[in-house]
Amino acid sequence: MASNATHRNRRRALKALHLFGLFLAMLVLCGPGLWIVLNSFRPTVEIMAKPPVWIPNELNLDHYRAMFGGVGEGGVPVLTYFRNSLVISVTSTAIALLVGMAGGYAFARYRFRGKAWIFVGLMCTRAVPGVALSLPLFILFARIGIIDTHFGVILAYVAMNVPFTIWLIDGFFRQVPPSLAEAAQIDGCTRWQAFWQVEFPVAKAGIASAGIFAFLTSWNEYALAAQLTRSVTSKTMPVGLLDFQAEFTLNWGGMCALAVLMIIPALILTFLVQKHLIAGLTFGGVKG
Amino acid sequence: MTRLKLPPWLVLLLPAIVILAAVVMIPLLLSLYSSFTPYKLTRPDSLYKWIGTFNYEKALTDAKFWAAFGRTVLLLTVALNLEMLFGLGLALMVSKVTRGQRALRTMMMFPMMFSPILVGFQFKFIFNDNVGLVNNALQSLGITDVAIPWLVDGQLAMFSIIFAEVWTATSVFAILILAGLYAIPQDPLEAAKVDGCTPWQSFRFVTLPFLMPFIYIAMAIRSLDVARAYDIVQIMTNGGPARRTELLWTLIGRTGYVDARMGYANAMGYISIFLAIFFTVFFFRKLTAARAELGMGT
Repeated sequence: MASNATHRNRRRALKALHLFGLFLAMLVLCGPGLWIVLNSFRPTVEIMAKPPVWIPNELNLDHYRAMFGGVGEGGVPVLTYFRNSLVISVTSTAIALLVGMAGGYAFARYRFRGKAWIFVGLMCTRAVPGVALSLPLFILFARIGIIDTHFGVILAYVAMNVPFTIWLIDGFFRQVPPSLAEAAQIDGCTRWQAFWQVEFPVAKAGIASAGIFAFLTSWNEYALAAQLTRSVTSKTMPVGLLDFQAEFTLNWGGMCALAVLMIIPALILTFLVQKHLIAGLTFGGVKG
Repeated sequence: MTRLKLPPWLVLLLPAIVILAAVVMIPLLLSLYSSFTPYKLTRPDSLYKWIGTFNYEKALTDAKFWAAFGRTVLLLTVALNLEMLFGLGLALMVSKVTRGQRALRTMMMFPMMFSPILVGFQFKFIFNDNVGLVNNALQSLGITDVAIPWLVDGQLAMFSIIFAEVWTATSVFAILILAGLYAIPQDPLEAAKVDGCTPWQSFRFVTLPFLMPFIYIAMAIRSLDVARAYDIVQIMTNGGPARRTELLWTLIGRTGYVDARMGYANAMGYISIFLAIFFTVFFFRKLTAARAELGMGT
């Protein structure tokens, strides 16, 4: 009996430890972000207070009002930035997925010479940092005349995302047994129909997770966008964040407000698809 | 008229190859060429002067370059290992939860949604020596009454950057390892239990080997990202104080854009791209080996 009781106590202690550990981990992971959210509602005086004000006395929407307000009173053309970001991220993700699906399918289904080399070669293009590419790309894009356009940034982001989407999608298609599509073809489907009606639906969850990664990458990218965009016609949100930085001061409140606006779409998207994300990763990434 | 007939795999791969060639390969060739010239942004005609491997020789004997190189490797090893350990712990804890797991998983991925530049500003703010969250908390708790200059002291600045880097990327490891945990077949675990393994033994000899491929994938992805680290460092310390946190790409960015010595910057860039490729190939081979061990084929 005594051993039973100690056993039960130990289990209870372990459980408490587990919950405490989880709480601590979540605090560290979410704390800094929540603090940014909180500060976006606090007046600047309180943010900069010394000694610090822990319990906010006053919450208001001043920073948001200023941000959406005129350029003269500390506002930035935030809606335009938001639209630019959205157009660029969505389009480049869609194109990267199409290109990645074609490429991934080729790697998963066909045998050809030099396959491993082409694969590693594609991956290595991701090793090139945005900073290294930005100047030559700038010169090149300036020659063709697509600097400061949506098209230019989209093109750059597609190239940035394609290696990774190919890698993931290749994994997902390998999971789909080739016999499925063959059976469909025997039943009279063309190869194209077999792909869309049989193989694509099975790999869909995985393709969605590749899409999330591509979207988040382009939504958050800074180094390339900073070079390839010049004006409000194409600046994205991460670049717009720097509008709050003057030479010696930072408008923390305004910056926090823009940051909140930047996180919301990513947060919604991730919450909606996180189940598929895990299923997709299990599928694709590993069991090549 | 004969129509050129390409094999189907090439047709499918062609869009990817064309885009990567246009956006990555051509600019890289341009900068490869310029790394053999004394190209300065302020003097465009210097692009046509060929000076051979001068820039490379200069980079290889430059103490500043090697210091930045060493710091990047330090950041890579420390950050990747910490992220791996924390990610593993987090994934194990989350996988044991029975209720509210969906919400926990979303919370766990919270840092992943932050733009690196945002992470930079956030931690610049949090580690601010005067009004930052960390110092305020330490002082309110009475642990210290001096303002600790997190971003100004050489060693603390590197610590702050590693902290920011680990904070952002632990979720990447956690999510991949969690995916791995869900995919583990139950039979070997039960067999281990029947054979009388302790929980630690079954974790060490059954679960962990199965998770290794997932860990290597995360390592491969992250090693590329950390080797390219730029945004966070640029914003938090701009390579300072006195170059104590200068990493390869902040050094290269500064040489290229601020000092306008583009040719020299590109030469350093090529040396460091090899570093990234080395790590990628390294983890790729580890991954293939781990997969082969589990009988997952190639």
